Amino acid sequence: MTVGASTRIAVAMSGGVDSSVAAALLAEQGHEIVGLSMQLYDQRQGEQSFGSCCTLDDLYDARRVASAIGFPHYILNLEREFQATVVANFVEEYAAGRTPIPCTHCNSDVKFATLLDRARGFGAEQVATGHYARVERSADGRWILLRSLDREKDQSYFLFGLTQEQLARAQFPLGSMHKADVREHARRLGLGVAEKPDSQEICFVPDGDHAAFVARRRPDAATQGAIRDEEGRTLGNHNGVHRFTVGQRKGLGLSSAAPLYVTRIDVADRSVTVGPRRSLERGTLTASGVNWIAGTAPEGSIRVFAQIRHRHTAAPATVRALEMGRAELAFDEPQSAVTPGQAVVFYDSDLVLGGGWID
Amino acid sequence: MERIYLDHNATTPLSPAVIDRMTTALAREWGNPSSVHHFGQQAKASIDEARSAVAALISAEPTEVVFTSGGTESDNLAIRGAADAQAIAGRRHLIASGIEHEAVLTTLKALARRGWDVTLLPVDETGIVDPERLREALTDRTALVSVMHANNEIGTVQPVAQLARLAHDRGALFHTDAVQTAGKISVDVQALGVDLLSISAHKFSGPKGIGAIWIRRGLRLVPQLTGGKHERNRRAGTENVPGIIGMGVAAHEALTTMEAEGQRLSALRDRLENAVLAAVPGTIVNGARELRVPNTTNISFDRVEAESLLIALDLEGFAVSTGSACSSGTLEPSHVLKAMGFPAHRTQNSIRFSLGKVNTDEHVTKLVATLPTVVDKLRSLTRTPARA
Repeated sequence: MTVGASTRIAVAMSGGVDSSVAAALLAEQGHEIVGLSMQLYDQRQGEQSFGSCCTLDDLYDARRVASAIGFPHYILNLEREFQATVVANFVEEYAAGRTPIPCTHCNSDVKFATLLDRARGFGAEQVATGHYARVERSADGRWILLRSLDREKDQSYFLFGLTQEQLARAQFPLGSMHKADVREHARRLGLGVAEKPDSQEICFVPDGDHAAFVARRRPDAATQGAIRDEEGRTLGNHNGVHRFTVGQRKGLGLSSAAPLYVTRIDVADRSVTVGPRRSLERGTLTASGVNWIAGTAPEGSIRVFAQIRHRHTAAPATVRALEMGRAELAFDEPQSAVTPGQAVVFYDSDLVLGGGWID
Repeated sequence: MERIYLDHNATTPLSPAVIDRMTTALAREWGNPSSVHHFGQQAKASIDEARSAVAALISAEPTEVVFTSGGTESDNLAIRGAADAQAIAGRRHLIASGIEHEAVLTTLKALARRGWDVTLLPVDETGIVDPERLREALTDRTALVSVMHANNEIGTVQPVAQLARLAHDRGALFHTDAVQTAGKISVDVQALGVDLLSISAHKFSGPKGIGAIWIRRGLRLVPQLTGGKHERNRRAGTENVPGIIGMGVAAHEALTTMEAEGQRLSALRDRLENAVLAAVPGTIVNGARELRVPNTTNISFDRVEAESLLIALDLEGFAVSTGSACSSGTLEPSHVLKAMGFPAHRTQNSIRFSLGKVNTDEHVTKLVATLPTVVDKLRSLTRTPARA
């Protein structure tokens, strides 16, 4: 972080309270702010008013904040890049029976990639976002990524894919703040977004129906298949593997004495296997596309706390880097619902060591 | 930071005389022009005066000028009004060029959904409609042809008089959107031989929210806003009195300064264009350079996202445009350059510079001094494909 010097910083603005306050804080520090909102999908087909990222309403909110604080605001059309990276991956993953995290790809492949390059093109060498995470420079000159001080809001899990080059140009002004203080700051500045609810849905699936979204783009995903129990007995049928995620309990359309959970999705024979809760437990996993924040993989096995989804309490484990950007991990205690397509992120206390995609 | 405005095809700053007169109008001519009493007569008299000034700008009769809320409404009234009137005679075919303003294109799309046949004429890389294409497209069922007088993005002037004759030969009406020519070059409704012509005040130093449509005397047109008997039953609704008055002043000013200003801007534009082409490698002018309104140039910058260049220039104090800005302010590939047959990258790397009264030699000098550095920086950061 440039300390004491006023620089031109681009702030990725979603129209929510977090990125708005991030922009406000940097402006208060005397930086020249350029607000950037991303148009990521076609909004001309009628008005969308869903409470998620980047709708026309959100663009309005971002614009209002920019004008209230007094910095320019632009909308970048990154539809092409977003479709090619985030949306394509989202659809392919669901069609392959996996459960993707589009936000992570958006951070690594859009915000701190195309958006950052565009920003640098007009003289903003850094991009700030409203993420709850911390980026710092360690004594050896490397950039490190840390959990936010507000553990409840921590979003470091979604940022594990950032490289040293990306972290060097990233700013997370909210990393040391609590959400309540962020809202309070917005109130103090009189920003209209102070009470705006946090977005929940995936921004490009505003109605929350991801299955319909996937089926529109990959009609073949919506092929019927069997729902089986662990002994291979057919309990019923389903309308496509993209409707399921490992650990899912609702929406199976089955009646049974004990609750049943999706334990396995097999794209080859289009079957979904269900079982009791204890069948969800796994002691080991492998991951692909692993990013080690330090830039190089550690030698041998290391002890970590591994987090396997956003709302999972990181559990002690041993991880070892493999060839081809892969890693294998063994938990000390088996963990419930190790879901293919989700990220496993390795922590040493607050420090993010790296992470990858669960196979 | 000194800000230099080079986007006069989007809108123009109001002329001081317009501001003065409108300020007076807001205080004085507040009466309803339809009222019989003194206050109404006072407002009506000022509207009549403005109507004469606007008519003079396009060499028309004042009684043929109908005030609207702007170019978009004028285009809508022309196309929908004529289409509705002609449909009765079985004419349900509409023709326009592919480089029309969205006010025309979107209106045609809406009519296509309601059963009208629509033909969009292609253009070549000159950005000028070939009359031969129109001749081929016309049928006995063609109700209306709409081709703009000059294009907003690249400034090319269309052979409207010739196109109008072709349309008339087949019994079709002809509309032209003259929003980008009125006040810039001579617009003469008789010489153009059109039936309907749209103009907008804020493109020639008048206020926003006011425009006009010229309707050839005796032409049947189905009103699209129904209500009272305003504007000779062509367009209902209490008149925008201060807007109309402002438009009148702006029209008068534009007419009296047009020739000298046109020559000045044309020289300034040529200087800008040649200097940019010389100073920045990988640049090329879009559209025919000889047949343009005097204030406009549209230049492609190889290996640059126009969106980024626009922002970079704005942060340096230069206001330019990538074409027509849509309501959300997002930047999209130019449909005009697309229609001209350019490949995708060239529809996203072009910048429009449109000059006006406020621009000086010094502005052009400053722009040309800044551009190469800005473009170099952007080119050095051309994105490599995202990681897998």
